[in-house]
Amino acid sequence: MGSRHEIELVVNGEARRGTAPARTSLADFLRDTLGLTGTHLGCEHGVCGACTVLLDGAPVRSCIVLAVQADGHAVTTIEGVSGPDGRLSPVQEAFCQAHALQCGYCTSGMVLAAQALLDECPHPGRAEIDEALGGNICRCTGYVQIREAVEQAARAIGSAPAEPVAEEAVAHD
Amino acid sequence: MKPVDFELHRPATTDEAIALLAEHAAEAKVLAGGQSLLPLLNFRLARPDHLIDLGRIAGLAQLRRTQDELVVGAMVRQAQAERSPAVAAHAPLLAAAFPNIAHPPIRNRGTVGGSLAHADPAAELPAVARALDAVFVAAGPRGRREITSRDFFRANLMTDLEADELLVEIRFSRAAPHTGADFQEVGRRRGDFALVGAAAQVTVDDGLLSDVRICLTGVAQTPHRAVEAEDLLTGHAPDPALLARAADAIRDTIDPSGDLHATAGYRRDVAGVLMTRAVTGAHRRATETAAEAA
Repeated sequence: MGSRHEIELVVNGEARRGTAPARTSLADFLRDTLGLTGTHLGCEHGVCGACTVLLDGAPVRSCIVLAVQADGHAVTTIEGVSGPDGRLSPVQEAFCQAHALQCGYCTSGMVLAAQALLDECPHPGRAEIDEALGGNICRCTGYVQIREAVEQAARAIGSAPAEPVAEEAVAHD
Repeated sequence: MKPVDFELHRPATTDEAIALLAEHAAEAKVLAGGQSLLPLLNFRLARPDHLIDLGRIAGLAQLRRTQDELVVGAMVRQAQAERSPAVAAHAPLLAAAFPNIAHPPIRNRGTVGGSLAHADPAAELPAVARALDAVFVAAGPRGRREITSRDFFRANLMTDLEADELLVEIRFSRAAPHTGADFQEVGRRRGDFALVGAAAQVTVDDGLLSDVRICLTGVAQTPHRAVEAEDLLTGHAPDPALLARAADAIRDTIDPSGDLHATAGYRRDVAGVLMTRAVTGAHRRATETAAEAA
């Protein structure tokens, strides 16, 4: 019999916990234990990028990370990308505008990979976009509109008025 | 596509990990970054009863410099080393190799030691270690020992590590001033394992190449150090005629196998081409480094 583990992590800003067998992938833990089914599983061996989530802000493939390895860390899934009122993020909005999806299966991974790129590099060139999204496979779009969506999101974020300072941040000042 | 059940151990120290490995050696696998092991587990190509996760051993995830060496802990993430100014300065070939490894999300999890201990002959880091004569430090129940990169890689996916030994760090001699490096590869798709790759690091001394290091991926069971090409180039400027002779020497010495992705003949030819590009790139960077320093 394999071991079971208590796992505590922060998902989309919220502390979550659960127990899972050691062999449980982070993707299965998010989907089956926490009910966050926006993370999609494609190949389940780290090739297609559909299951991309952010682990401590950096994109990883949740099918080849064990849930226990995320214990004590912060995870962002597609459910955590939009605003609390359901308003789409600039990346999501740009994906709609640029027709950067058809069936949508790869889209959560694409959006998170794009978000991680823009967090680190607000004005990416095409080479940087291709590098950041090169590990995410899409069988519908032919990628051109996905690249356009990232460029459009970068422009939208660049021209947006500064975000109001969060109350929490003010309280710490 | 789910692994078989296993027992996971999460030791906090290297000693604890070694004790666990000694206890379960025959039925255990060591989990570093997991980017090669977890796909194997998902496919059930590997079915270990025990998995020993090194992720909680803080001491293994450190990069440090000594007087003469850059010491990379086995659990240093590839993305961490890729962004390290110390790696760029002291092991330029290591820095040049990272962008060729898979995709950024894989490098965010993958570790330097994990890739080396996995010893895939198509992978980039084994070729870098072999080119730079890196020293592998293994720890086990009988203490620590150092393994040369020549001895470390035994065969396809096989290293000199015993079943109860753990790779704890890899030591690279610090590059001399006026050293440059380049890594070139060809693959069918972006991020795939390359068909063939060429790693080159050179030092430029008065316009001439010295300390030439060339290693190829994907042409043998282990990373192939192109000694004949190194000898031809050492002491000379890398002019096209000489590079062509070095490429010929590579074609004559390697014996790659063919498969459905590329024939043996293609791999033999492209190895020479990639070596030429890598040496040219390394020379250019070494010259730029020399110009910046002047």
